[in-house]
Amino acid sequence: MAALALDLSVPLRDFELTVSLAVERTTALVGPSGAGKSSLLRAIAGLAKAHGRIELDGEDWLGKRPEERRVGLVFQEYALFPHMTVRANVGYGGRARVDELLERFRIADLADAKPPQLSGGERQRVALARALARDPAVLLLDEPLAALDAHTKAEVRVELYDLLHELALPTLLVTHDYEDAAALADEVGVLVAGRLRQLATPSELVARPADAFVASLTGANLLHGRVVRSDELTEVELDTGERVFSTDSAHGRVGVVVYPWEIAVARERTHDSPLNVLGGEVGSVFTLGNRARVRVGPVTAEVTASSLARLGLAGGGAAYASFKATGTRLVPL
Amino acid sequence: MRRAALAVAAFGASFVVLAFLLLPVVAVFVRVSPGTLVAQLGDGAVKDALVVSLETTAAAQALVLLLGTPTAYVLARRFRGRKALVTLVELPLVLPPAVAGLGLLAAFGRTGLLHTSFPFTKTAVVLAVAFVSGPLYVRAAIAAFEAVDANVVAASRTLGAGAGKTFFRVVLPLARGGLTAGAALAVARGLGEFGATIMFAGSLRGVTQTLSLAVYSQFDVNFDVALAVSALLVLTSAALLVTLKWLPSLSTSRFRFATSS
Repeated sequence: MAALALDLSVPLRDFELTVSLAVERTTALVGPSGAGKSSLLRAIAGLAKAHGRIELDGEDWLGKRPEERRVGLVFQEYALFPHMTVRANVGYGGRARVDELLERFRIADLADAKPPQLSGGERQRVALARALARDPAVLLLDEPLAALDAHTKAEVRVELYDLLHELALPTLLVTHDYEDAAALADEVGVLVAGRLRQLATPSELVARPADAFVASLTGANLLHGRVVRSDELTEVELDTGERVFSTDSAHGRVGVVVYPWEIAVARERTHDSPLNVLGGEVGSVFTLGNRARVRVGPVTAEVTASSLARLGLAGGGAAYASFKATGTRLVPL
Repeated sequence: MRRAALAVAAFGASFVVLAFLLLPVVAVFVRVSPGTLVAQLGDGAVKDALVVSLETTAAAQALVLLLGTPTAYVLARRFRGRKALVTLVELPLVLPPAVAGLGLLAAFGRTGLLHTSFPFTKTAVVLAVAFVSGPLYVRAAIAAFEAVDANVVAASRTLGAGAGKTFFRVVLPLARGGLTAGAALAVARGLGEFGATIMFAGSLRGVTQTLSLAVYSQFDVNFDVALAVSALLVLTSAALLVTLKWLPSLSTSRFRFATSS
């Protein structure tokens, strides 16, 4: 299997982007906008200046012009040629497989249409087909789902996942959405202000977030506090005054990381000692299929739709969020 | 009450402005009958001027397109000193035409900087027309190239196309509307060129006397002929203006005037 090896620094306006990375399967870089994600893809494609090393199976790419690097770059807004038909767009980089790709991406009936007439999902399929027609050795996807509406996005995410596994090309995709990254990639890197904070599988990122930023990016609750005692369990006094226990050990100022699915919600306070309990008013409720996310005091909990109804949480009022000491992680602040 | 008075004043002012701008144009057509106008176009001096105008316009605009397009493409990129260069290109637009003519003489005259034999030849007309109308085209072309989505150009490169193929298959077709509009403006301005041409090329019938110069030289000799040539120029300019405003492909390609920044 081909691999793309990166050891790059890219000068940006406010900082320098430095990334060391080996891309074999699908790697996603996730981070806030302005973290340098798009710039990295542009540097790999040869569209922006960079120093260091870009190698594909040992072949140096840094000295090559964009047209000599075999990349399939799919731009965030797709950057289709507006004056050409779908067929001409797909065939621009290579004519050999145009018909096959038009079929594969279900755009054969749109072959004579021009990009301005297409929907967002159709444009994305044209952009992917165009990139693949060029027979790339590496696939680069810039925010592949950001330009799509919520309904199309869910559908395209599944299709894209299947496609990436079928292609088995080294693929680097960048996104600001952790869920998209986790759903599409085998490995996820968290990029903040030009630095790679953590690179791991999606489940590792959730199990052992390197810092508070990674934790909140992956959707965890983050409670700020200070370690007051550590023997068998670590006791943390939160800034709000409550105390919680964790099986992680740490000192000083810490962030207590707890995922929504580790939290149970009740109307009564439980007195089960190994449980951490935080009381508060029920805030926003957000239902997603048979699950719901409920804000209770300082944390967001995930409950089933049936317990949401049983507890009458949609009506608000006081409630208690509880979670085990083993369900927490402590990260330095 | 005050609002009504203001509205009346504004309408009054716009009526006066429109009347003032249109009256001379209308006067060209109503002083003598259309039949007389057409008949005057058969005058030998007019035919000669028409040929000179067509030849020099074609040569000057070919020069402007051929040299102005790559210049505009370079100036549409971001680099240090770009604003100063664009300003230099725009200078002939604000230069008094007589000064432009004198400058051309001082540069290309027999005793000028380059010691050429261009003055009072067709070449001089072509240079004068290119000098005053070229900047209009370059300005419009810079704006047209700037409006081309940089990501679309980058996409072409990553799809294996070199800079040349990218220019001809992506950049040029996408900028075409703006380029055509700029060329139409330049043709219109070039046809009306008078000051720089008469200084640098003179007004020799059949050699350097263009339609605009013929208007001036005929108005002493035969006022009706001067009117006829004027009418022809009005119609040509109006046709160019209409083309520019209403040609659908021009408006869809997001044509705008250069903001020079």
